[in-house]
Amino acid sequence: MKKYTFTEKFDTRSGFGAGLLELGRTNPNVVGLCADLIGSLKMGDFQKEFPERFFQMGISEANMMGVAAGLTIGGKIPFTGTFANFSTGRVYDQIRQSIAYSGKNVKICASHAGLTLGEDGATHQILEDLGLMKMLPGMAVINTCDFNQTKAATIAIAKYEGPVYLRFGRPVVPNWTPKDQVFEVGKAVLLNEGKDVTIVATGHLVWEAIKAGEILEQKGIDAEIINIHSIKPFDEKAVLASVNKTRCVVSAEEHQMNGGLGDSVAQLLARTNPAPLEMVAVNDSFGESGTPEQLMIKYGLSAQNIVDAALKAIARKSK
Amino acid sequence: MVLVETQNFASLQEKNKKNKNNMEVENAVKTGEVAEMEKMASQVRRDILRMVHACSSGHPGASLGCTEFFVALYSKILKHNTKFTMEGKNEDLFFLSNGHISPVWYSVLARSGYFPVSELKTFRKLDSRLQGHPATAEHLEGIRIASGSLGQGLSVALGAAQAKKLNKEDNLVYVLMGDGEQQEGQVWEAAMYAAHNKLDNVIATIDYNGQQIDGPIAKVLDLMDLAAKYRSFGWVVIEEPKGNDMQSVLNVMKKAKSLTGKKQPVMILLKTDMGYGVDFMVGTHKWHGQAPNDEQLANALSQLEQTLGDY
Ligand SMILES: Cc1ncc(C[n+]2csc(CCOP(=O)(O)OP(=O)(O)O)c2C)c(N)n1
Repeated sequence: MKKYTFTEKFDTRSGFGAGLLELGRTNPNVVGLCADLIGSLKMGDFQKEFPERFFQMGISEANMMGVAAGLTIGGKIPFTGTFANFSTGRVYDQIRQSIAYSGKNVKICASHAGLTLGEDGATHQILEDLGLMKMLPGMAVINTCDFNQTKAATIAIAKYEGPVYLRFGRPVVPNWTPKDQVFEVGKAVLLNEGKDVTIVATGHLVWEAIKAGEILEQKGIDAEIINIHSIKPFDEKAVLASVNKTRCVVSAEEHQMNGGLGDSVAQLLARTNPAPLEMVAVNDSFGESGTPEQLMIKYGLSAQNIVDAALKAIARKSK
Repeated sequence: MVLVETQNFASLQEKNKKNKNNMEVENAVKTGEVAEMEKMASQVRRDILRMVHACSSGHPGASLGCTEFFVALYSKILKHNTKFTMEGKNEDLFFLSNGHISPVWYSVLARSGYFPVSELKTFRKLDSRLQGHPATAEHLEGIRIASGSLGQGLSVALGAAQAKKLNKEDNLVYVLMGDGEQQEGQVWEAAMYAAHNKLDNVIATIDYNGQQIDGPIAKVLDLMDLAAKYRSFGWVVIEEPKGNDMQSVLNVMKKAKSLTGKKQPVMILLKTDMGYGVDFMVGTHKWHGQAPNDEQLANALSQLEQTLGDY
């Protein structure tokens, strides 16, 4: 098992803030919009340095999506910022009509996604956003795993023509991906080569997948681990190549089983090359208040859950 | 002294005469101009009726009611280029928020030279660029955003207006909304945002016909004092009671233009009659989204002169 280490922990949302600031300095067309959550979204540095390119929207997410769509008509590249719930479910029809169907170059940037938002509870913990967004024709959907990757993704999507949903989170997590990584929309990242089981993970679950790989190694199991930062476009080729070798898969994500990464993997396998699939995801339930760590354990999204799922998938394969 | 005074008087008289002549000439030009526009309006109304009849669907009611607005906008008000670009640099932009009245927009766009008039016959049919509600996916010239789901157009217009300001363009952004549409919350988010940000390069118009699908607005969900609402939100509001009188529409739009650039967004409340121009369609919500049958079409067309040739 390839070794992955980290020296610092950061929140992914700070990666977004850092990426946006850098974009501000390098791309004069980039503008920022935020619905009364500048601190939470880490957009303060951009606002300070580029006040004329920053728009405080107030608590008006629907208007924010429309204004962003309008700004693209004048050649701007708007980055909207609010919590994941208010970036998607709250404004689904606005995104659908004014951004996706109209083919507008808006970057919808969403923090505090999933259970790891923690104590605020289920009203804020959206676990349906990846599904909502990936169903929209033409919408790219990205879910990053750490600070460095979120920063790289933020910078990369400014160059990607078309609407993008970029999802990140609130808690501090290990910062372990390379600082100088090249982020390619739609390209899976192979983290470890293995032959017994394929683990595809996204977002905060990627680090859990690495920990799971280490536990599995001690049991003599050789796991192939893939970081799927792009839910859509989905790197089918990379996943299929791996499954052809391992013949079973585990998907892992901080999202509902319905509509998420596992759902995309299941579709792919059913269409092309059926193989046992175990999904580590939230199973048709809302979240609740608690610390991020407690919630990830209670809802079955830990490294141990991935290990258990891998053993199950391997057992199904031998039958 | 006297001589000077006389001279002054004479020159004043001369000046007055010149002014009077000028005014008369101007009025004559205006009358000619308005007559031309009224001719176009008659043809546009024929287009609307024939389009919705041909596909047995669509929204003639408010399309007919907004005909003067569209004709005036595209022929005299908007600084626009019929060689369409999405960005519309150094042009005025127009957005239709109440997208269901697409027939009037398509007709006026075609008759202004954006795309061939013959394309109107494809309205709402398979593989057409003239979708039931305006869309950008088929690249129809003149359309910059999809609309149809109500309540979104004002926000889009504000974004486009902010981009104009960032780009240091002094052009204006126009948007039309329905009055029933004012029941959508997003409209008021946008209204608040426009005034707070002093978006004085925006002219919004509300098609104030008092009707929506389920009946008169006063019965469905009353807007109460709409002008006062917008004023309290920080807008300059002008009310035009004669929204189907070409000269009045032209005048109010010119007035709205003169009120831009003064740190406030501008709103025109344009009283129109739904179904205007066809006696059995006027003033009721019945024809909001109902196409005429063959007989009704013939009756309606007999009331509208064919001025520019049917498509
Ligand atoms: C968000 C949304 N809800 C409902 C509809 C269905 N609908 C289409 S037109 C209309 C009435 C609109 O009233 P108004 O804005 O006054 O337009 P008019 O009836 O004058 O054409 C409704 C409810 C819609 N298009 N969008």
